[in-house]
Amino acid sequence: MRVRFDGVEVEAHEGQTVAGVLLAKGIRSWRTTRGGDRPRGLFCGIGVCFDCLVNVNGVPDVRACQRVVAEGDDIRTQAGAELPS
Amino acid sequence: MRRIVVIGAGPAGLAAANAAALHGVEVVLIDAGAKLGGQYHRQDALAAGDRFELPRNVEHVANAAVWAIEPVDGGHRVHLRVGPADGPDRKGRAVEARALVLATGAYDRALPFPGWDLPGVFTAGAAQAMAKGQGVAVGDRVVVGGTGPFLLPVAASLIGAGARVVEVAEANAAVTGWLANPKGALAGWSKTGELMRYAGTLARHRVPYRSRTAVIEAHGSDCVESVTVARLDALWNPVPGSERRLEADAVAVGFGFTPQLELALAARCRVEDGFVAVDAVQGTSAPGVFAAGELTGIGGAELAASEGAVAGAAAAKFVGAAVEPPVRAMAKVRSGRRFAAALNAAYPVRSGWHDWLRDDTIVCRCEEVTKRALFRAVDERDVGAVRSLKLVSGAGLGLCQGRVCGRNVAELAGVDATGFAKRPIASPIRLAELAEEEPVESPIDAEESGRALGVEY
Repeated sequence: MRVRFDGVEVEAHEGQTVAGVLLAKGIRSWRTTRGGDRPRGLFCGIGVCFDCLVNVNGVPDVRACQRVVAEGDDIRTQAGAELPS
Repeated sequence: MRRIVVIGAGPAGLAAANAAALHGVEVVLIDAGAKLGGQYHRQDALAAGDRFELPRNVEHVANAAVWAIEPVDGGHRVHLRVGPADGPDRKGRAVEARALVLATGAYDRALPFPGWDLPGVFTAGAAQAMAKGQGVAVGDRVVVGGTGPFLLPVAASLIGAGARVVEVAEANAAVTGWLANPKGALAGWSKTGELMRYAGTLARHRVPYRSRTAVIEAHGSDCVESVTVARLDALWNPVPGSERRLEADAVAVGFGFTPQLELALAARCRVEDGFVAVDAVQGTSAPGVFAAGELTGIGGAELAASEGAVAGAAAAKFVGAAVEPPVRAMAKVRSGRRFAAALNAAYPVRSGWHDWLRDDTIVCRCEEVTKRALFRAVDERDVGAVRSLKLVSGAGLGLCQGRVCGRNVAELAGVDATGFAKRPIASPIRLAELAEEEPVESPIDAEESGRALGVEY
């Protein structure tokens, strides 16, 4: 299947999580923090830490390690605290 | 209909569901994952099918977030959202049952160190989950650090996923020391064979395994580029002059595990020394609420499964099924707990880690609270317990609700950490989801539940 990450088409497979897709592409960070504007990516990998937040289909604060990709998902990096679009 | 709800489909929850189903009880088995097995039996998410099969009277509710448990007349109501994680289209459900088995497991404890907030620093569990579940290594050159036997399978999984493991740094004594010749309390432990195989994998790949060593700093501007490891003294203070710089693009660290207590606390279970207190049939202090697995003490998958079998049988009996006492599983629980106690005593977390931190080291990742800010808040304000600690410092107020920083900042501030798990909303949900009233499925018949119940065998 195909998904998009920051506008670029990326190949993905059934069962992969957003974090799985991005790490397999060598992408380590997909969010910046609200306070210090620091890069963050995956940390706990099992849905506990909420560090790997990402915007999926216009909805922010989605845990990349928990969200399984679906055909056509529009995945975007998240800057600080975002409101749903 | 006799029905119980089991929360968590890892080794404990699976065993509980199977045991209760065997006694003719209808089981609703709720889990966050897409497939059964939890963290220990994590399945390859990219492969088709499920390794585990459940009896027909078990309904497996996958991809579900349980966000609240509330008491109702004669039992408990469990609130969940089912569907794509954190998405706005999840379906709300409310399930009632007279008995619950909580098997929510545990997650890695991560200790802070300078640079631990850089992308490329992961928990050991993350490295394991990504390798086993997603078939991807978290880095090309990975340093594994922390304490306990869990570091061995993590390193082996990383190698299996194609990473080069640069070093395994064990902060306590080497696991490999007693593994070859287990004596004393660990003699006869069934896991030694499995751990020996992992140790063999490390040896074949010439991975250095060092005891009394820890990763005390990660370096890099936007990502991990190298780490500093150091020898530790008996209290985990770095030995001056022992520092070595290792080139690595990832670090996986784990210092034992923290139980997921929030649902147990919501169900009003008594917690002792950080774990849910249970009796001989895994009953908690809350009537009709049973707990099994890492919630009751860190002991591994085998003990968790035995506890689950005991808890499932007891829950089935509680709702009126005819149940013989599961004496074999109960005996396995007793022996399993002895090994677990010996293991936990061998791999403690020592306070020397406090000195790994610098003033500007972040202690709460969500709210970006530094050590300096935490100590200033504690020094200047009257911090009595977790609630005031959170309010004056900001630590633990973020989205993870103190799951990652809670035990660490409580230890630094000198307060009991259990309060961090008191969360009216057990896992973050969206406001619209909170506002929605879900239909209650098969509500409890209060008259039927008025009968005297118990699990005395």
